[in-house]
Amino acid sequence: MTSTLDPANHPPADAPDYPMSRAEGCPFDPPPRLERLREETPLARVRLWDGTTPWLVTRFADQRAVLSDRRVSADMTHPTYPRSAPGRASLSFIGMDDPEHARLRRMVGSAFTVKNVAAMRPAVQRIVDEAVDGLLAGPRPVDLVEAFALPVPSLVICDLLDVPYADHDFFQRNSRTMVHRKSTPEQRAEASGELARYLGGLVGEKLGEPGGADLLSRLARRVAAGDLTMREATEMAVLLLIAGHETTANMIALSTLLLLRNPDQLALLRDSDDPTVATRAVEELLRYLNITHGGRRRVAVEDMEVAGCPVRAGEGLILPNDVANRDPRAFDDPDELDITREARHHVAFGFGVHQCLGQPLARLELEVVYRTLYRRLPELRLATEFETIPFKHDGFVYGVYELPVTW
Amino acid sequence: MKVSVDEDKCCGAGSCVLAAPDVFDQRDEDGVVVLLNAEPPAELHDAVREAADVCPAAAITLRTAP
Repeated sequence: MTSTLDPANHPPADAPDYPMSRAEGCPFDPPPRLERLREETPLARVRLWDGTTPWLVTRFADQRAVLSDRRVSADMTHPTYPRSAPGRASLSFIGMDDPEHARLRRMVGSAFTVKNVAAMRPAVQRIVDEAVDGLLAGPRPVDLVEAFALPVPSLVICDLLDVPYADHDFFQRNSRTMVHRKSTPEQRAEASGELARYLGGLVGEKLGEPGGADLLSRLARRVAAGDLTMREATEMAVLLLIAGHETTANMIALSTLLLLRNPDQLALLRDSDDPTVATRAVEELLRYLNITHGGRRRVAVEDMEVAGCPVRAGEGLILPNDVANRDPRAFDDPDELDITREARHHVAFGFGVHQCLGQPLARLELEVVYRTLYRRLPELRLATEFETIPFKHDGFVYGVYELPVTW
Repeated sequence: MKVSVDEDKCCGAGSCVLAAPDVFDQRDEDGVVVLLNAEPPAELHDAVREAADVCPAAAITLRTAP
């Protein structure tokens, strides 16, 4: 049988470059070429920065199937893993397979259960309230990224890890270097090393004072019990800090900009007393925006079929959640922003055993922000032309570099 | 409807607890799923089906009661 999807009919020489560019003037939408590919074919070869040509899986159902398939590996040290940049460091269990992945992930699982995250609500509300107090007391216009979107998740994760707020600037600087696409491998390694040294030191301090309820104390107890090496504990602490930092910050700023561009949706969210409105809005904004826009990455470790096409052991697979979350096979009117829709089955947090561990915390932070910020600043508006806002086209995490607002 | 869960597959993402909190919970020590009700009443079936659908690790199995 000859299939049009047979690799022989798709010589890698024709493979388009990945990542692809968004359309001018459409910063909230996935790249048009990626959306066209999804409608043309479930599987296509793309060319990466290093000349390799992994498979791109374009559709929602196929992406979910691949991400939950045990024949694919997330091991970033695999020689043919489709890497997004040279020398990008593997971050703890994100780049491992089960059973090692599950062993490490479960050691921090307790901090992110739905119940334990719900208990953080008063602390998150206080952090958001104080950040809004700061906005109201400060100058106008102001950059919402620096003054609100970055500090809120930083404070929450520092609270979770019991990291002193005085070291905040240090964290922000190093975590940005780690995730910035233009960082050199040396810069990235140095930033990672700085964070690891600092957090390792904190875990060491916790070893001397057992009993704390914070995450670093939990990790320290695992180290003391011999379940975890100091190095593993430190890597996990770095991972949790980075993962809880840039992602939520970018989501807060980018979704605020999107809502300002869609005043009817913003009014729905701001003027409702029904808490489920904000809960649903969180899911729809996650679905619509897909800040992790570089595609999930895997490598096949056995021969398998994806969407009826053979994929050989050793071939790379890229699964971009942005086009999956706009797949008309999974969502009605997918390009329509509708904060009242039921969108919880989106793959903005990924899928499979690597799906975001911190998702209950991300949801809580966004919900509290959405129920607080727009209500306390009902006149919130852009303080510049929309066209001048710089988007993070080059970032591993998508968003805006700055968002000048006033009220 | 009969519900079963596979603790070994579970990755503790908590999606099932959000979808059907009367049927699923998580172990406090590691976030792994705890099944609260293996035969939930009919009014919870839609929520349980959603929980099984959004489970990223395919750790929830549903069987229709004979």
